[in-house]
Amino acid sequence: MSAVEEIASQAPAVEAVPKRAMTLSSGTTFVVVLLLLVVPLFVKNFIIFQMTMLLIYGLAVLALNILTGGSGQFSLGQSAFYAVGAYTSAILMEQYNINYALTLPVAGVICFGFGFLFGQPALRLSGVYLALATFALATAMPQILKLGFFEQWTGGVQGLVVTKPDAPFGLPMSQDMWLYYFTLAITIAIYIFSVNLLRSRSGRAFMAIRDNEIAASAMGIDVATYKTLAFGVSAGITGVAGGLGAIAVQFVAPDSYTIVLAISLFLGMVVGGVGWLPGSFVGAAFIIFVPNIAEGISKGLSGAVFGVLLFLVIFLVPHGSRQVAMVAQQLLGKLRKN
Amino acid sequence: MTQAQLAPTNDPLLAVRDVSVVFGGIVALNGVSFDMQQGQILGLIGPNGAGKTTLFNCLSRLYQPSAGDILMEGCSILTRPPHRIAEIGIGRTFQNVALFPNLSVLDNVRVGTHARTSSDIISDSLRLAWIRRSEKSVNTKVHEILAYLNLEEVAHKAVSGLPFGTQKRVELARALAADPKILLLDEPAGGLNHEEVYVLGDLIRRIRDDRHVTVLLVEHHMGLVMSIADHVVALNFGRKLAEGTPAQVQADPDVIKAYLGSKDQ
Repeated sequence: MSAVEEIASQAPAVEAVPKRAMTLSSGTTFVVVLLLLVVPLFVKNFIIFQMTMLLIYGLAVLALNILTGGSGQFSLGQSAFYAVGAYTSAILMEQYNINYALTLPVAGVICFGFGFLFGQPALRLSGVYLALATFALATAMPQILKLGFFEQWTGGVQGLVVTKPDAPFGLPMSQDMWLYYFTLAITIAIYIFSVNLLRSRSGRAFMAIRDNEIAASAMGIDVATYKTLAFGVSAGITGVAGGLGAIAVQFVAPDSYTIVLAISLFLGMVVGGVGWLPGSFVGAAFIIFVPNIAEGISKGLSGAVFGVLLFLVIFLVPHGSRQVAMVAQQLLGKLRKN
Repeated sequence: MTQAQLAPTNDPLLAVRDVSVVFGGIVALNGVSFDMQQGQILGLIGPNGAGKTTLFNCLSRLYQPSAGDILMEGCSILTRPPHRIAEIGIGRTFQNVALFPNLSVLDNVRVGTHARTSSDIISDSLRLAWIRRSEKSVNTKVHEILAYLNLEEVAHKAVSGLPFGTQKRVELARALAADPKILLLDEPAGGLNHEEVYVLGDLIRRIRDDRHVTVLLVEHHMGLVMSIADHVVALNFGRKLAEGTPAQVQADPDVIKAYLGSKDQ
């Protein structure tokens, strides 16, 4: 067996989901969207804010899921793309008085370019080495943002304060509620685009590369181009999430976007189920709410409690929320038969 | 394309010209030449280490020959990167089956159409009308190929759970989805039992006849090669030992010597 054949028959880097199992059924989708639309009408502003953050982190986890679950590339550097998106929106809004909604596509495009360029050197790396290279990116980003040279735009260590937008057309709703529905609309649009993408010729190319690069290349897939495109798409979506995050939190500062954020997003992807797009939002809920729950159980040992909860999840449902969803589906099927 | 159609039929579809491959100081292939005619099933045989797989990997552009040239319809393929071989009509299967294990049979074969379709990530994300049309024709074609190879029943199953023989057929289906002019088969009989090998032989011949594909068969299984090949090239120690019809090659004293040792023993 030649070296090439050995590579060709190697197991894929990521244990992944068949394409059909990537989304929810139409009935479940309807219920989820209905809940997301109705619940904010009955809860306090703080809860609405947390739901907004859930959607935003969900988008960032979804972006990582496209990269890792889709094309099989690891990244611990998503916080860097998130930071670039957040700063792009903040700078455009505060320094150039551009409408908040218009800053998001700009953040997306800039991050797409950044991710695409970063994907070029990353082509030579795979698996843990790629994870390390992206880790370096995440570590470097906060310091780059603090550089004196950029200070006139970024505000240096101080960061920038962002004004929260009012609801347009005199709609009778709070700023938080408006921002929630605005974020929800963008999230649904990006989710639909992502599902379309992964079900298309490009998505098949990503997954073919994930499963077997040499065979993919023999089928005419330009492995280098599609790998960098996956990085670009992932970074672009993360950038939009970052921009939304800046608007929701009303503040950007270098130390909000450290490696801890990148690891949280990675954690969210694993807990949600690698390659399962709806799981991104379950994962986001985990990284937002579980630390709070842990604090509720024990103030002093919240980190340890969080660790124990994480252990439990990984031992009981190693495939994350996807596994839970599949078990639930089987149970429902049985119930219907009885 | 038009040049090839106008050319007289005795022009080779694929020409291997004095191809040599050197790894470090080891000569894996030494000035090998042969032609493949349109519609032929050409068997490439030789003992272990003869250079069959090396030559195969030159054809699929995984190795760069140190000397010589490989011409497809008169044009060199050596300037093309590996992913641009499928578009000129060279398809392949792998020695130990290299499918996309997490994808369904249907999607594996759909990936095979990649070289024959086009799209970009923006149109794909928005599922524009021309993308929907293109996907529709891809589906028609893929289902036709699945029906042709009796794979419709397993179309929605993930390939990783299928029996080895079925996986080999999926790989053939995936290669056919790219409308190849030449199909390179790397030891297709490996891992199959006696009966399966002859079913496979019939299938290869049927594919050649129905779909007008020229086949290069790299194979250890002498029975299969001798029963279906029109033309056989025998390699040993990186050199061409003999070439001709199966009967000629089987009777060639050098070939007998390479496989069995000299006659006197």
